[in-house]
Amino acid sequence: MTGMLRIGVDVGGTNTDAALLRGTKVLATIKTGTTADVTSGVGAAIRAVLLAAQVRASDVSGVMIGTTHFLNAVVEGKRLERVGILRLCGAATRSLPPMIDWPDRLRQLVDGGAALVGGGVNFDGSPIAPLDNAAIRAACRTWRAQGVASVAISAVFAQVDSRMEVEAAAIVAEEIPDVAVSLSHRIGRTGLLARESATILNASLHRLGAETVGAFRAAFAGLGLTCPLYLTQNDGTLMSADFAERHPVFTIASGPTNSMRGAAFLTGLSDAVVVDVGGTTTDVGMLVAGFPRNRSEGAVIGGIPTNFRVPDVFSFGLGGGSLILSGPPLAIGPASVGFRLPEKALCFGGDTLTATDIAVAAGLVTLGDPSRVRHLDATLVKAALAKMKADVETVIDRMKPSADPVPAVLVGGGSVMIDGLLAGTSVSLRPDHFGSANAIGAAIAQVSGEVDRVVALEGTTREKALEGIVAEARLRAVEAGANPSSVQIAELEETPLSYLPGNAVRIAAKVVGDLAL
Amino acid sequence: MTYWTLTESDIDRIAIGVGILGTGGGGSPYLQMLIAKQLLREGKRIRMIRPADLDPNAQIIGLGGIGAPTVSIEKMEEGFEGVRVLKAIEAHTGRKVDAVLGDEVGGGNGIYPMITAAHLDLPVVDADGMGRAFPEVQMTSFFAYGQASQPAALSDADGNTLVITQAKTPQMLEKLMRTATVAMGCTACMTTAPMTGDFVRRFGIAHTTSQAWTLGDAVIRAREAKTDPIAAILAEAGGTFLMTGKVTDIGRRIDGGFVRGTLTVAGLGADAGRTLVIDIQNEYLVATEDGKRIAMVPDLICIVDSETGRPIGTEEQRYGLRVAILSLPAPALLRTDVALALMGPRAFGYDFDFVPLGQSTEPAPVAAYRADHSLTPAS
Repeated sequence: MTGMLRIGVDVGGTNTDAALLRGTKVLATIKTGTTADVTSGVGAAIRAVLLAAQVRASDVSGVMIGTTHFLNAVVEGKRLERVGILRLCGAATRSLPPMIDWPDRLRQLVDGGAALVGGGVNFDGSPIAPLDNAAIRAACRTWRAQGVASVAISAVFAQVDSRMEVEAAAIVAEEIPDVAVSLSHRIGRTGLLARESATILNASLHRLGAETVGAFRAAFAGLGLTCPLYLTQNDGTLMSADFAERHPVFTIASGPTNSMRGAAFLTGLSDAVVVDVGGTTTDVGMLVAGFPRNRSEGAVIGGIPTNFRVPDVFSFGLGGGSLILSGPPLAIGPASVGFRLPEKALCFGGDTLTATDIAVAAGLVTLGDPSRVRHLDATLVKAALAKMKADVETVIDRMKPSADPVPAVLVGGGSVMIDGLLAGTSVSLRPDHFGSANAIGAAIAQVSGEVDRVVALEGTTREKALEGIVAEARLRAVEAGANPSSVQIAELEETPLSYLPGNAVRIAAKVVGDLAL
Repeated sequence: MTYWTLTESDIDRIAIGVGILGTGGGGSPYLQMLIAKQLLREGKRIRMIRPADLDPNAQIIGLGGIGAPTVSIEKMEEGFEGVRVLKAIEAHTGRKVDAVLGDEVGGGNGIYPMITAAHLDLPVVDADGMGRAFPEVQMTSFFAYGQASQPAALSDADGNTLVITQAKTPQMLEKLMRTATVAMGCTACMTTAPMTGDFVRRFGIAHTTSQAWTLGDAVIRAREAKTDPIAAILAEAGGTFLMTGKVTDIGRRIDGGFVRGTLTVAGLGADAGRTLVIDIQNEYLVATEDGKRIAMVPDLICIVDSETGRPIGTEEQRYGLRVAILSLPAPALLRTDVALALMGPRAFGYDFDFVPLGQSTEPAPVAAYRADHSLTPAS
């Protein structure tokens, strides 16, 4: 990627950040307001960053966008499509019908009818029941009559053998013209109910995915951009716009990942604790081998339990807009003036004492009119700074993998309030461009491939099984746009099945590589 | 007859309580909770009955899931596995089953028998054979006090059903069951030999579903009132508070199908300076401080999130978690020599004898038991 021009854009709730990089050099960063339609704000941010760096749109090789657009659609229950739900399971799993743990409101919006039919395999690949073609066709005719145009297909142990899902998709396509099909083996991991929910969510976002990506493409054409477009996904890696159109659900938890990856890039550290201080909250997460450490449980999206791996981030109410109550006892946050900081904070002529005012009074940053905070009691300023730092230190200790000190990276606009070496850390760094780490993280994102499967070791060796799984993950990464020679193993997890004497293991592999531009 | 008819909010409470009684193992009760609530929504009913109210001649079977938790979250229950097992036992014995119970109240199996009970409208006995979770089939008070090792039965989601008519020892039964479960795709429903009402009254651990409800209710009420859930648990369960602290080390390995390892917790706040080491073998087995054993199996060692009271399983332990460690006294039936031979420290490979912590007390039945004349059969 030497010399290549890349633009990263991170669309947050309040701000849209953009960064323009040439190779590994940051040429310009820009912050603009997020717009309701998302795309016009993204267009404005890209235009501004091109202007700031004096770069022509036609010279850019790639644009990477991180967006909360699809997450918001789910949370607000807006613009979701009705989905036909096909579960290939035979008799198994019927005690837990699809969407059983969805909030009623979302279920009513999305449920287009479920058919549980013959199909699926056991953990060792032996079939549970043959694929019931006739039942699939019957379900499709009902859906077609009701105008259902998006279908989610989930088979038991589809990660062991995906052929039945693919075969069922072909039947569905024959019966419903122009249908969009989401297949569970491409969406999630072991745990049928949670994987099926994620597949249904993906299917319900299908139309919005096509519209949004279409709008991004139109905005690009308007700006004179001719390069490929990518979206960042939950694990911080990229997917092409074509893939994103069909898999919008993969963007849903990409938020915290981008700033952590940006922090790694800006400092060159691959193992560190990242402290991202925004306007209202601080997110603390661990970087392990250059990627965020994930939560052990899956993400809950809009009240729906899924098994997406998302970063293990601890969020708490400390930010630049946090309210300070001088007490006693002294209290900081969680209430915040949020995006109204420029009118509310004392240093900007407002009437509210915020964490930003403390930082200005202490001389850590120059913002607004420092004379407006000069009257603050020096003892209060000192105590408030110490408390903010101590709060961050407690969370760092909670997140660390062991008692050994780790390097800390401070990013986000509010991180200026945290001064000096943090306890439990070997070094506390605030790199250049710390305020735009999220957009930079999007710009430098890599591509990945992932496989998660239970394997029976009868008739094969452990080494052969591992090798096969890694090769498959590699193939997926290359399909997603990775340069084959750059692909490396990022995660390899092997879990023997407990409570059983048999020889079965669950293997989860993830590989990452640089984008071939 | 007097019954406790469960509501959805009762199931929520029981799900938290069986997690605490799982002592780190037993599997997540989440899916069983969803199934039970779905059945109530469909108009089915789940009625609990106190062991003291059982007809001494009633025929009762225990039902539970057996297999790998990793598989049971992918190939979930069809729903009627327990019904098939029950019918197979009825056919084999030539006698109707009058009520069901769970052998293991800890974890998902604490809710499991309610599913079959709802389908057949049979009562569930408010008692089990462990008062907690244990890793092996024969580790119950029922086996300790003479439950036969046959007949036993298994059924899988596809309808395959197996009756074991002869097993020479409970240990052999355990072996046969595990092997058949692998052939069934690593997840199945099981029952052991039918018991009489009189046997369950004498050798069942009484009111453990009530205990789970009481624990869950204490946690939920403490969360709502923003008070300390740990204090609420102790006030209800009468256990011993061991320590609040932070996990500083976790070593785990899989050995013969079981998760083994040790967990180190450093004290925080009032407990600063103390260190507890907990041995794990699927469940939390022994707690040691300064080389001295302070709590051990079969007494319950429960680890919960120190802020929320949420039970934490052995597989989700990691550095930095803030936990409270409690010990609840094992039921008196598990503290006898015959029971300790099956479920005491030596049964887990330790070379020391059981030293109890705290007095065994029988949990009280919940106040929701009501005389229900509508259910009395017409004579």
